[in-house]
Amino acid sequence: MDFGPYLLLASLEGAVTAAVLALTAVGLSLVFGVMRVVNVAHGEFFMLGAVLAWWIASHIGGDPALGFIAALILAPLAVGALAALADMTILRRVNYDPERTIVATIGILYILQQVTLMTYGPEARPVEPPFNSRLALPWFEWGETGLQMYFPWGLSTTSYKLFVIAAAAAVLMGVWALMARTRIGLLMRATQLDRDMALAFGIPVERVYAMVFGLGGALAALGAVLIVPIQQAHYLMGGDPLLLSFIVVIIGGLGSLPGTVVAAILIGLSDGIISVFFSPTLAKILATLLVALVLVFRPEGLFGMKTR
Amino acid sequence: MTIKTPKSTGTTRRGALKTLAGGAAAATSLPLWARYAQAQTSEPIRVGFQMHRTGIGAAYGRWYGRTTEAAARIINEAGGINGRPLEIVAEDDGTDPKRGAEVVEKFATQLKCDIGYGTLFSHVVAGSAPRAGELKLPYFIVSEGHQLASGGLNRYTVQPGITDVKSQVKAMAPFVASTLGKKVTMIFPDYAFGHDHRDFFSEAIEAQGGEVVAKLAIPPTETSFTKYFPKIPRETEVIYHVMVGPAVLTFVKEMGEFFGPSRPEMFGFIDSLEAVDISSPGLEFLEGTYFWEGMPRYAQADQTPYDKFFREQVGVDANGASVADPKDVATYAHMFACWETLFVIKAGMEAAGYQSFKDRPALIEAVEAMTEMPQSNEHPQGAKLFNGKTHQVFGPQYISQVTDGKLVVKHTASIEDTLYPDETDYTTQSF
Repeated sequence: MDFGPYLLLASLEGAVTAAVLALTAVGLSLVFGVMRVVNVAHGEFFMLGAVLAWWIASHIGGDPALGFIAALILAPLAVGALAALADMTILRRVNYDPERTIVATIGILYILQQVTLMTYGPEARPVEPPFNSRLALPWFEWGETGLQMYFPWGLSTTSYKLFVIAAAAAVLMGVWALMARTRIGLLMRATQLDRDMALAFGIPVERVYAMVFGLGGALAALGAVLIVPIQQAHYLMGGDPLLLSFIVVIIGGLGSLPGTVVAAILIGLSDGIISVFFSPTLAKILATLLVALVLVFRPEGLFGMKTR
Repeated sequence: MTIKTPKSTGTTRRGALKTLAGGAAAATSLPLWARYAQAQTSEPIRVGFQMHRTGIGAAYGRWYGRTTEAAARIINEAGGINGRPLEIVAEDDGTDPKRGAEVVEKFATQLKCDIGYGTLFSHVVAGSAPRAGELKLPYFIVSEGHQLASGGLNRYTVQPGITDVKSQVKAMAPFVASTLGKKVTMIFPDYAFGHDHRDFFSEAIEAQGGEVVAKLAIPPTETSFTKYFPKIPRETEVIYHVMVGPAVLTFVKEMGEFFGPSRPEMFGFIDSLEAVDISSPGLEFLEGTYFWEGMPRYAQADQTPYDKFFREQVGVDANGASVADPKDVATYAHMFACWETLFVIKAGMEAAGYQSFKDRPALIEAVEAMTEMPQSNEHPQGAKLFNGKTHQVFGPQYISQVTDGKLVVKHTASIEDTLYPDETDYTTQSF
């Protein structure tokens, strides 16, 4: 394949990765920013979203679009409720102590993963996309007769992949509006800035925490529902999103939403492009190397604020 | 007045615990050995089944399990082996080489199994077989890897139920070169099994005057594939694909989306679609493409009575799916090998007069002495030829074309097409 079309294809593939990654990482970043909790179980909320999407879609039947839309609404709600419950019953009991929350979320990780294995099983199961048509993409080149348009071999995407990118962008705008424009967003930001002061002003910090943890889980689940018609639901699928989300959150700056989104696009696109031109392993190596460099030279992340 | 030292007391805490533990162990094992104390020979023969119940091989594990249970049931209904019932002791290895070695160890030391059996994934075999050799546990693999026949394993490891990749691709190359094209791009999983495909198919197609123009290695845990496909050169006439793992459906679907209406000829190993319904949405482009099958998934027009019997016993319908759930598609092209291996074990144990662990070398020698195995209910896939020196079996191979959404056999490669010169002689190794 020629270089130009090749790069376009790589960027498109990267954009899909970036879109889902941004949703997942924003959830992780939100939880860390507001609650100072490093949620190791975040990838399992992602996995649970995909598995529930399969369960819902296969029980509704009929037109694939119907099942998918139901999954898109119900799966994040269910996972969000479960995450909020985990916060109230577990994280609150350990007083959000940093070390103990890490151990507690590792426990949650294994419980979710093994319960899924015991109930859903080890199979990978597909969810049918609501629509999916192949779109051949044109490419322009200067030829003997001026600018020519042609369709290079293999340069294509699908309508569903474009939908994933658009849907993720819309959800991210929604999260931004929620944080910046609503009262609950104000409460979350106040809690993030100074927990004790917020408590003194009568903000129900514990309820805010449960809500943030639920929202974080729901965002991961939403990312998974979007990706599951492309990939497949599998009980071990939470590992990669967790690692990449941590990479993104560290590079973007812990707790910074714009930073997280920018870093997700950076990592997603570079993952797409580097794995197309070189190898997927090299993409992972470079991303991890970038994390190390950020931690050494700019520990607060690219967009993070220096702690006072 | 003397003070008693603790040492002189008859009962110490440690001593009491020891007694308790001993008593508990005796109590739990009592029913078993009490039952068989009078007749050693009525004790079941324990076959340690190394099962890929979880991990990337889970779909195969599920069906290898069902096939094994069916074969064991038939053997037991017919009176077992040497008058003793067969007991399958299944243990999950997570399709993980490290865990595989531990499972083999558990079979030999803890679970008191007579033999180990049933491993498919070649990297798990590579991790487990050396330990089986050290523990002197006969180890019957069902794996396709060439590592055994190349001399890389040991005398205790045998593969009497399934052919290896080298012989499979040797039989496929003439068909690919003569029917589909000579410029081939290979897509294969990046571990031992895939490397066998890469090395031996490249060799075999060159012998036919063809060439491999590109080799795409993909990690078996990969979940998205489009990013690999631009490396396929435009001059490619034939795509040769073989993929494993939980994401095979995504792999084939994205390949279809990549090529769109202008796909090259395609020849796949059915591994790329094992346990996947060919009528899944997005797979329409496979119509007209060819697949290697170890055993035809769809009951063919000239179905043998042996295939019919095998399907009935395992619970598979004419479309290669579970009778109980038509969406649960079998790994039909591979699982016959579990069935055939168990019957070879039975024949071997009977020939060796197998009674106890001390007869393990005799069992290996009895299997090594085997040669021809006629097509029968015990060997439903076809007649086999066992090579005692390389511990590897040879058999027919099938090439099917997707026709109206079903796989129809177009060519059957004979045993002679699959033979290659011996690369090792395990019979010269000591036990």
